[in-house]
This record gives sequence, structure tokens and C-alpha cells, in this order.
Amino acid sequence: MKRPRLWLWQVLILAAVFVAWQLLTQPGLIPPFVWDNPDRAAFFFGEPVKMLKVIWAWFSDGTIYKHLWVTLEETVLAFVIGAVLGLAMGLWLGLSATASALLDPYITAMNAMPRVVLAPIFMVWFGLGIWSKVALGVTLVFFIVFFNVYQGVKEVSPVVLNNTVMLGASRRQLLRHVYLPSATSWVFSSLHTSVGMAFVGAVVGEYLGSASGVGYVIQQAEGAFDINSVFAGILVLTAFALVLDYAVTHAERRLLRWRPAQSETEQL
Amino acid sequence: MPAAVSFENITCTFAARNGGRPYTAVKDVTLSIGEGEFVSVVGPTGCGKSTLLNVAAGFLRPSSGTIRLFGEPLSGINRRAGYMFQAEALMPWRSALGNVTAGLEFRGIEAAQARRRGEDWLARVGLSGFGDRYPHQLSGGMRKRVSLAQMLILDPPILLMDEPFSALDIQTRQLMENELLDLWSANRKSVIFITHDLEEAISLSDRVVVLSAGPQTHPMGDFPIALARPRDVSEVRLMPEFIALHDRIWHAMKDEVLKGYAQTRNRVAG
Repeated sequence: MKRPRLWLWQVLILAAVFVAWQLLTQPGLIPPFVWDNPDRAAFFFGEPVKMLKVIWAWFSDGTIYKHLWVTLEETVLAFVIGAVLGLAMGLWLGLSATASALLDPYITAMNAMPRVVLAPIFMVWFGLGIWSKVALGVTLVFFIVFFNVYQGVKEVSPVVLNNTVMLGASRRQLLRHVYLPSATSWVFSSLHTSVGMAFVGAVVGEYLGSASGVGYVIQQAEGAFDINSVFAGILVLTAFALVLDYAVTHAERRLLRWRPAQSETEQL
Repeated sequence: MPAAVSFENITCTFAARNGGRPYTAVKDVTLSIGEGEFVSVVGPTGCGKSTLLNVAAGFLRPSSGTIRLFGEPLSGINRRAGYMFQAEALMPWRSALGNVTAGLEFRGIEAAQARRRGEDWLARVGLSGFGDRYPHQLSGGMRKRVSLAQMLILDPPILLMDEPFSALDIQTRQLMENELLDLWSANRKSVIFITHDLEEAISLSDRVVVLSAGPQTHPMGDFPIALARPRDVSEVRLMPEFIALHDRIWHAMKDEVLKGYAQTRNRVAG
């Protein structure tokens, strides 16, 4: 299918889902067949029109921007800190056989642990502000980056390594000019996953206890049984995640210019 | 005057993995390469040609024997040699220019000067204007040229070349061989050129050393190549002297090549 046609159909599917949703939940529109009360469907599943009105209200009076900003801040901080720590640890363990043999079981254990359970501890340590969410995001991002870098260091081409040695690189220069660029490329190849994880950490942290952020907005609405606002929050989060993903794709394209793209021909 | 590189009774034995017998790849090799001499080393596949080169580069310490550079014993990495690999060796995250100037950068040469010299070398290998391309954007032959410039910009007195052109198609290969000869004639360095292609060896070298089949490889023939220089690698192959030399060396090699082939076959079968 051609591009514009494809987009048209994609928009139509979205519209169809919303229309069906609206028709099925509108109180009194269709005879109730699951619940005897006609308002029940709307109570559980919300009504798209009302949900969109909530979103419109959020953006028109500007209350949502503050929360989006907080969530973005947490996501970016969690990603940056987690990536730097993961890169450093990955390089260290990748290059030192002793360190990796020593720490291997602990890394495996920490990765196996469901890290969401750490959220309460981070709340106690860092309070209800952004840092407890950042900490949760960091634990999620760290392992993705760490494993990628660790693998990346192990898989540096020995020929490139030997060649660089023959060109006169010292051990430091080898780290800076071969291991680091090679490891960084692995960080970027896991960029989508790790930014996604930073985002998950931020939102889950907010949901579990905070005073701002989109996760907090959802949690508040849920407390008031305001299902339309819950769905509105989810929709805003999804759109936000899409924007984030787009930004990552853009950054990736710029930063990994030296790597052959799938569609690009290998030679001139 | 001491030789540029001299192998003195070099033996390399590798400890066997999972309990087999230790493997002696190279045994008692004595070989010297004079200053400004172009020596090719040919031999059947798997005969330890690369082992010798790795010893000369300092990647591998021989089990016994000494390697000397201009009379001094080598310890650690050979800082007076450039090495050209058979496989892709460029840093993929650096542009062609960045790759060429890498060695200067490691030596602390100022960036503007390194850049100027890098561009000069790119022009000498016929790649001016390609400096900002990344290796994946260049053809195989172009990447080899970048490797050549990357090595020669440091002006090492010794060049170690491990089948550098074997992955190229025949036309590109002959072009590269001629370019190598031009660059080498302008500034004569001592070259150890490993190849399994006898024609390539004869057309490039001052001397061809034939190795026996492995294990326990050792030189078993040493042929001076008295063909006039400058040479054109595709023309020199048609000269009667060339054909006579080829005949002689091939006769000396044939038994070893067959031996090497039989061993590889047995290894696969066994």
C-alpha cells in the first residue's frame, strides 16, 4: 500500500475504535446486556467524548504542562544517570576478567529482582520529589545499558584493536578511541528500550506516591473514581511516549551516522 | 649493518586446549630482512605465515629464539613497524581522514598539522575528497587505500603485511599492488609481505621465502628476484624471466602445498 493510503486507513481504524467505544458506553444508547444499570458501562470504561473533553481542558488551561514537564525531567535524568553508570560498569567488567568473575552472580541476581519493589525504599531514601522516581528509572535503565555495553566490549573486533595498537595507541587511548566508541554504539542501539524503561520508572514511581507528574494525575483521578480522567491520562502518556520515541529515532540517526543503515548500500 | 628484522631460531609452540598435544606452529626459523628490502613469504595454507608476522609485530612472544630489529632485541609491541591486516581494520566510527590521522593523534601531533598531513596522504593514495566518508561508505579497495595511508603516514621503517589484498578482486588487487610498489620505491622500507599467491610474491619482491607445510614450519627455499624495477605487476608477469622464476619456485613449493592440502583434508575428515 502507498504511504498516504496507509495513513488514511490507520486514521480510519483509530476513528472506528473510538466510535465503537463511544457507542458501547453511551448510557441508554443500546439496551444493557451485561449490566442491568445503563450507566455501568460508562462507569467502567469511560466515554471517549468526555475523555477528549478532559484532555482539551488540561491543555487549554495549561495544568497538564507542569505534570508533563516533571515526567519528562524524571525520564531524562533517569536515562542519563542510568546510561552513564551502565556504560562505566559495562566497560569496567568487560575489560577486567577478575571483576566480572567476582561480580557476575550479584549482577544476575540484581537483574532478576523485580525492581518495582524498590520503589518504597527509594521513597524513604529520596522523599516524594522527583529523585525517588529517577532512582527507580535508573535501576531499570542501568541493566539494559550495562548488558549491552558488556557484550559490546567483548565483541570489539580484535583486528581493529590490534591495528590501533600498532598505530601506537596506549592503553588509555585504546579505551578512549576503541572501547568507548564501540560501547557507545551499543548504548545507542538499545536507546529505544532504555528510554522506554526510564519512562516506565518515572510513571510507576509517580503513581506509587508523588505530588506531580502524569502518573500522579492518573492516580488522583483513580482515587476519585473519575474513569474518564484516568483514560485521558493514559492517552496523554501514550502520545508523550510516541513523541519521546520519535526524538530518540532522530537522535539515533544523527549519532550513528557512521553505521551502515539497513537500506543503505554497502558501497559507493 | 644489522638487518632491519632478523628472526633467530624462532620457535612458537601453542599449549593445546582440552588436553591434546601442544602444537608447534613454527620451528627454528632463522630469517633476516635487510634494510629497504621487500621480502615475500609464501607457503601453503595454515603453515604459520601469520604466526611469524605476529612475532615480528610483537603480538606474540616466541617460545624460544630472539627477534631483533636493527640489531636490538624486540620486547613488547614493535613500535617501528606498520602492520596491514588481511581483514577490515579501520575504526568504523572514524571518517577516512580520522582513520588516517589516528596514529598522529596517538602521538600527540597537533590537530591542524595532522589534518594537513592526513589530507596529503589521502591524495597520495588517490582518495582526495573522500576524507569525510565513513569506512562503510567506501568500497573494499578504497578501504585498503585508507589502511595503507594510515600505516604509511607514520613513516615506519618496517612494514608487515598479512595478505593485505587477498580479499580484493583481481583488477583492484593489481592496481593496489602497483600503488604499493610506487609508494615503496619513493621511500624504501623493509617489507615482510605474507601471501599465498606466488605471482603476487614474485612481482612485488626482491626476495621470496618459501615456507614448508605446518606444523613445525621452517623456511625451505630463498629465491632472489632479480627483475628490473620499476615494475608493473601486470606486465612483469609476461616476462620470460618471471615465468622461469615462477617455475622454479613452484617446483620447490609443490610438494609442500600438497602436503599442506593433505593435512587440511585429513583434519577435516578426522
